[in-house]
Amino acid sequence: MTSWEPVIGIEVHVELSTRSKMFCGCAVSFGDEPNTNVCPVCLGLPGALPVPNRQAMDWIMAIGLALNCAITERSVFHRKNYFYADLPKNYQISQFDVPVCHDGYLDVVVEGQTRRVGIERAHMEEDTGKSTHVGIGGRIHAAESTLLDFNRSGVPLVEIVSKPDIRSAAESRAYAQELRSLVAELGVSDARLEEGSIRFDANVSIRPQGAVGYGTKVEIKNMNSFRSLERAVAHEIERQAGVLENGGDVILETRHWDEEAGLTHSMRNKEESSDYRYFTEPDLVPMHMDEDWVEEVRSGLPELPAARRARYVEFGLDVGHAGVLSDAPPTIRQLFDVAVGAGAAPKPAANWLTGEVIGWLRRTESDPVTVSLTGSQLAELVAMVDDGTVSSTAAKEVLDGVLGGEGDPRAVATARDLIQISDTSALEAVVDEALAENPEAVANYEGGETKVVGFLVGQVMRATQGKADPKLVNELLTKRLRG
Amino acid sequence: MPVEIDIAHVARLARLDLTAEELEGYKAQLGAILDHAAKVQSLEGEPAVEASHPLRFENAFRPDETRPSLDRDEVLAQAPETVDGFFVAPPALGTE
Amino acid sequence: MSEDRALHDLTIVEAGARLRAGDTTAVELLEAVLDRAHRTEAQLHAFLTLDRDGAMEAAEAADDALAAGEDRGPLHGIPMALKDNLCTRGVETTAASQILAGYIPPYDATVVTRLRAAGSVIVGKTNLDEFAMGSSTENSAYGPSFNPWDISRVPGGSSGGSAAAVAVGSAFGALGSDTGGSIRQPASLTGIVGLKPTYGTVSRYGLIAFASSLDQIGPLSKSVTDAASILETIWGHDPLDATSYSGEYPELSADLEKGVEGLRIGVVGEFAGEGYEPAVESAIARMLDRLSEAGAAIVEVSLPTVDIALSAYYLVAPAEASANLARFDGIRYGLRVDGATAEELMAKTRAQGFGPEVTRRVLLGTYALSAGYYDAFYGQAQRVRAALRDEFGAAYEQVDVLVSPTSPTVAFRAGDKVDDPLSMYLTDICTNPLNLVGHPGISVPVGLDDQGLPIGFQVMAPALGERVMFRVAAEVERLATFNSRPVLEEVAG
Repeated sequence: MTSWEPVIGIEVHVELSTRSKMFCGCAVSFGDEPNTNVCPVCLGLPGALPVPNRQAMDWIMAIGLALNCAITERSVFHRKNYFYADLPKNYQISQFDVPVCHDGYLDVVVEGQTRRVGIERAHMEEDTGKSTHVGIGGRIHAAESTLLDFNRSGVPLVEIVSKPDIRSAAESRAYAQELRSLVAELGVSDARLEEGSIRFDANVSIRPQGAVGYGTKVEIKNMNSFRSLERAVAHEIERQAGVLENGGDVILETRHWDEEAGLTHSMRNKEESSDYRYFTEPDLVPMHMDEDWVEEVRSGLPELPAARRARYVEFGLDVGHAGVLSDAPPTIRQLFDVAVGAGAAPKPAANWLTGEVIGWLRRTESDPVTVSLTGSQLAELVAMVDDGTVSSTAAKEVLDGVLGGEGDPRAVATARDLIQISDTSALEAVVDEALAENPEAVANYEGGETKVVGFLVGQVMRATQGKADPKLVNELLTKRLRG
Repeated sequence: MPVEIDIAHVARLARLDLTAEELEGYKAQLGAILDHAAKVQSLEGEPAVEASHPLRFENAFRPDETRPSLDRDEVLAQAPETVDGFFVAPPALGTE
Repeated sequence: MSEDRALHDLTIVEAGARLRAGDTTAVELLEAVLDRAHRTEAQLHAFLTLDRDGAMEAAEAADDALAAGEDRGPLHGIPMALKDNLCTRGVETTAASQILAGYIPPYDATVVTRLRAAGSVIVGKTNLDEFAMGSSTENSAYGPSFNPWDISRVPGGSSGGSAAAVAVGSAFGALGSDTGGSIRQPASLTGIVGLKPTYGTVSRYGLIAFASSLDQIGPLSKSVTDAASILETIWGHDPLDATSYSGEYPELSADLEKGVEGLRIGVVGEFAGEGYEPAVESAIARMLDRLSEAGAAIVEVSLPTVDIALSAYYLVAPAEASANLARFDGIRYGLRVDGATAEELMAKTRAQGFGPEVTRRVLLGTYALSAGYYDAFYGQAQRVRAALRDEFGAAYEQVDVLVSPTSPTVAFRAGDKVDDPLSMYLTDICTNPLNLVGHPGISVPVGLDDQGLPIGFQVMAPALGERVMFRVAAEVERLATFNSRPVLEEVAG
């Protein structure tokens, strides 16, 4: 039985969240009434001409720089010629051999390991309209029709092509998630799979372990979630292995992922082999991305995920937790930075944020930006737990109060009577009382049952309505019992 | 100079449903025109092709600002077939 | 004196003077051209659409504005015609094709917006070769146009309708488009002035595209000064056209009275010889003599690459056109022929909607761009353009302008060349190089041959050289003393 090595490349299309479309001033907006954001340019009316969106060019350069790509100094647009009802001009303005960005990489964490996936290129193009296939009653011959909405036509689209460096379904998913997170982080795209503002296609082939050449690759489309991407790639690897092991050949084709059935179907070939007849777009002029422009974009980049994760690890968070915090909404991350800046210990601060705070946001279905917690309040809370002012259990309640807008942690703790009793002499009295009231327990302890300490702690806690610092109580009891 | 023009293939690429007779006619005409056009091969040297625009510009962009879109009724009034604000077309070949 | 000429025979300058003197009104000017159209259209078929109501509204508004002291400039109140490949909002625009029968654009071309803003009165849309592909206006899907000088002959093309209308007086001026000579050649064949400006100086937004890197919109008029007024109105940077020139524009009419003393005029040697009618060659030679007497130095210039320019043109233009015309697919507008699938619908619609010349060029262009042939054809043609540009550049170090006949022949008979595409293409031999290099060129009528058919003289200048081009053209016009107008027996339509 051959051992197969999967060789996977992923193609990502990212819709940029510019205000206006790539080549015209129509609004970029999701969910509007069909054909309400259209004009002669994005409808392909006779006489219309494209004019490129400067912001979109800045943003593709940002994506390229974030992916460690080289920026092509002189670039042009090309016409990619093919006929399709949702492509109004029956050519797409795209880029052929001089993409804006090329030869970069993205580091991806898969099962605790960091893997580097090469980026072949990232280029600029325009999105097509949307086709919906329906059956329309009343039509005599055709049971089906296509409904066309051109609101999406002309939206700026960045196509990012990885090198075939990915080696598993899990890695495919990790790559896709990391890329998604990166573009969302850059603020250049909503990057919502469910809305189609980010889309993934996978190119999958397999080869015998240790082989150098490439097997025939199959393009997989229609994966609408990260999970289905992983499943689809895994399935395709198995399918190809099955084909080859049965002595067959893998056919060069495009296959469509069927989420329900859990398999890929061959798509009937639309055209024998696509001859896109690329030529330089004569309605546009060349672009010169000089050093000044590149630097301008570079200096505007926010802190990127990889750098941020590294920073968190330096603070003492473990890799996994650093990843979780890094993926948290910006407001949450900012809280971390402020809290740590105010002196909070990083690990507990991070724990509160990724645990209780995010949990609270989910429960109350709140938008992170509206959260009623400041970094200094978080720092205060961390300190209060650390110095025993409140128990960690009580601290959860305190946090709840702060998030609910009740005020600063100390004020909330006081108001809710959650301040722990940590006064040793006060506690010693209660401890003595508990010991006096429970002679059997004392006797059991002396008999070797150290577990009774827990019971006695419980008694002290009850006597103090739960407000005693249990750690301190434990200490005092143990001291007393030992004599 | 190419040997044989696959005129049926070209017509398919260009989405032109022509009869066999028409295709033969066009094939002959294209051949004659291409013979004439092939004179471009006689150009000596390899001049650098910067761009087709004589004034050699670069970086013609527009700011990311919205402009009013067209009125949908005016747009759809020109359409051969519409329903509920959509353009209607028959399905593409290969659509499930 | 202009008083003894019919109103429709006046130039824009003359009509404008009468308007401002209160001797006529915009409404009267409009009625004059509409009447003239009414009496000549049956024979000429210059127009596809006459927008009487829209024009009258504009004429009345123009008169009101003038009365209120508002003067929008030389085109204020002047009836103009537009080639039917220029989008006019609310007015049918067909590009003379069946595939756009009944199409009403929801927007105005930029040049149309500028004409309207200048107070001009748009009379209607003129006939052309379908999608501007042709040199005789015989490729129109709505029937050909004819030459007012001899109605058995073509007015040239593709802006034949605009040329015929201006020549006969059913418009004071017109806009056409020029991709390989489509303004200059018909102007030459109909005895009027026509020019193609520097590429990028007139916005193409709203011009139904033929070949994007070659197309330019330009004026047709009865005089050089009229042409200058029209060009000044329509040119200038347009943010809706990325190929639009955003630098400084020349003061094109600054030297109209200056004469040619001290200028160096280059005669392109390749634009002569076999295929050039003797009458044309002698008219050009006569004008050169007069220019020399007027103080210009006449220099022999050779541009060897023009011999293959037409070949390059017939690769570049169809290639770009094949992509530009792909949008005509029966889905969103225009003709639709039903099909079971989208592919079938598109293929049937296009086969039915496009005429033979358009089909021919779309096939040719698709082929030239297709896998395996790109470099040998389109790629090589782009190299020819670069070489041509270098050659013109070198020539302009020796001379200020270049000259040639606009067309090797006078107007040919309708039907003579329709069956011989190559012979038709050759009528653009003197004009197409300027489209390839993006330089400006103007045709000025200099005389009639012994059949009474007009001959045009072409003045060419470097990119943004409109000022010297107009300077020489104005002198040529003065020296030619060509005041003829076609004599057409009016037939009420």
